[in-house]
Amino acid sequence: MVAFLVRRLFGAVLVCVAVTFIVFLIFIVVPGGGANGTAERIAGKNATPQNVINIEKQWGFDKPFYVQYWRLVDKMFTNKLVSYTSQQKVLTQIWEGMPATFSLSIGAGIIFLFFGILVGVISAVTAGRLSDRVITVLALIGISMPVFWLGIIARYYLAEGGLTTFFPDGEYVSLSSNPTAWFSHLVLPWLVLAVLFIGFYGRVLRGNILDTINEDYVRTARAKGLSPRRILIKHVLRTSLIPVVTLFGLDFAQVVGGGAILTETVFDLHGVGEYAAQSINNFDLPPIIGVTMYGAFFIVIFSVIVDLFYAYLDPRIRPT
Amino acid sequence: MAQHGSETEFTLDTATELAVEEPANTIRGRSPWSLAWHRLRHNYVAFAALGLFIAIVAACALASVYATHVAGTGPNANHVLETVKVNGKPQSVVSAGGLINKHTGKLCSTDVSGCELVSSIPIGPTWFNAGGKFVLGADSNGRDIAVRLLYGGRNSLIVGIGSSAICVVVAVLLALIAGYFGGWIDFIITRFFDLFYAFPVILLGIALGSALAISGFHHFGITIESGSLWIPTLVISYVEVPYVGRPLRGQVLSLREKEFIEAAVAQGAGPFRIMFSELLPNVASSVLIFFTLIIANNIVLEAALSFLGAGVQPPTPSWGTLISDGQDLIVTRPWLALAPGIAIVLTVLSLNVFGDGLRDALDPRAKVKIEH
Repeated sequence: MVAFLVRRLFGAVLVCVAVTFIVFLIFIVVPGGGANGTAERIAGKNATPQNVINIEKQWGFDKPFYVQYWRLVDKMFTNKLVSYTSQQKVLTQIWEGMPATFSLSIGAGIIFLFFGILVGVISAVTAGRLSDRVITVLALIGISMPVFWLGIIARYYLAEGGLTTFFPDGEYVSLSSNPTAWFSHLVLPWLVLAVLFIGFYGRVLRGNILDTINEDYVRTARAKGLSPRRILIKHVLRTSLIPVVTLFGLDFAQVVGGGAILTETVFDLHGVGEYAAQSINNFDLPPIIGVTMYGAFFIVIFSVIVDLFYAYLDPRIRPT
Repeated sequence: MAQHGSETEFTLDTATELAVEEPANTIRGRSPWSLAWHRLRHNYVAFAALGLFIAIVAACALASVYATHVAGTGPNANHVLETVKVNGKPQSVVSAGGLINKHTGKLCSTDVSGCELVSSIPIGPTWFNAGGKFVLGADSNGRDIAVRLLYGGRNSLIVGIGSSAICVVVAVLLALIAGYFGGWIDFIITRFFDLFYAFPVILLGIALGSALAISGFHHFGITIESGSLWIPTLVISYVEVPYVGRPLRGQVLSLREKEFIEAAVAQGAGPFRIMFSELLPNVASSVLIFFTLIIANNIVLEAALSFLGAGVQPPTPSWGTLISDGQDLIVTRPWLALAPGIAIVLTVLSLNVFGDGLRDALDPRAKVKIEH
């Protein structure tokens, strides 16, 4: 187990290093130098020529590429990455956006895991009947809707300021200042973000359950005279849930690492994603560099945790 | 089957007799493709979905015909100061704004609570009462929304289908190379896939899209201007490659161990022939399914990137930019955001339904799954 842990951590560190290289390639190497080059882009759209020259010096664009790379990494880890448009430190801004992003992701994660399993089980148990068909159609529509469009429409039709006043309109209220407002402001974003995943998980689980039901050991359980409920919960669900749990780990990390960007933007939640989205509109690159890199770091670290969790749960995964 | 007793009397004549007597509808050998076609043929839902998709593609392809002959304007033509006759009554395309009630969308007279200041109000849907002009209304620049919807659809479909085609071709090549050669080549390609799994798809798309959106791409002798549709197309195809490549590589890897590959090697086939005439036909059905489903996926991704400003750049319309434009006027003119959204949902839904049908027909045991 210790060897596995060490190896997995070592791999993760390597991936993180590779991530910094890719970010360097995307933002510094690809745009290139010269007029409208990297320095000008990083300076933002309202930059003066003097700003651009300063940035060129600071980031080392007149130096060899390894110096440029090193300066970028150094800025990332010592909180010296600054948005030249708003004069704010990127890491600090990301840190401030964390509570909203985590509140959104965790809540939505709980909702889509629960309802995804529920929908999948109902649909598989009643396979071929009306409820299964209705669920299949709804799930297909759910995965076909762009999440930001659903958000805009939901906000217009359901939230205050639109047509009805079931929910408060957007914005994030911190949990510590007012728990009830925190909850009521997040219900709609949670549901909107969860719709896609509910549809997706429901479909995956339905397929898995229908595959598992035909296995020999399920037939044996039925032949022993176990009740259908017990067979479903103890024998079928146990196996068919494994892929869903795997997916959940990956999806949750993707949502936290930046996947929630659209929902945050539409509902004005002031999370990390919205910070990145606003930066795009201002052509402000340093925040996008920061969010991309930290998002990828988070996913790498989270996947290590998920792997360790699995290794703990299932000894077969534990390699030597 | 000849019985034991009659074995001695079996002559060449009886053989021909037996052959003649054989029923007309003999069981012919069927290729997997014809079996799949047989399964697909009775899936009317899948065909309806395919029909819907083709209808949408045709409508968008005919955008310029609609623009010149029905609406009489272009996708970026500005009509802010003009008036249009609706049921014979002249109405200005963009009227002055004012305090608008958030719930009804009408002008507020006295009550200020629940009202919002709007700078200008474009004309709403005229539903063919204005001779085909502004069927779905105008946006705040006085541009015809129906025309923009069709042109936007054309761009969204070009980006969606184009990026899927590029993505699938690259992914298939990488999967074949990795699966066939194995060893360190496989190691490098799979590490490359793994590395891109570490980035959230949308974030990587935004990073590339926004890095390239400002001044385009000028490397390796290739020049792509910043407003070009090639940028979102290439960005999206690049981002999606691992999601198609990884499962395909797995399939190639297991096919590689099959006897028919060994037979091909024994016949002296080179790597090129084994990859393209032995392995490729065996993953072709998966590739086809992936292609259908990845188009649906990429249309949504294009819309998301354009909505955030990292995809198709304004004033070029696309369904994503149209939703982004319409968002600000959702209270007064909800159709501006509703119409492109409905177009996306219908397109993506039709592709998903058809893709499912295709999968049921080609791959009944469902090996192929797109994860995300």
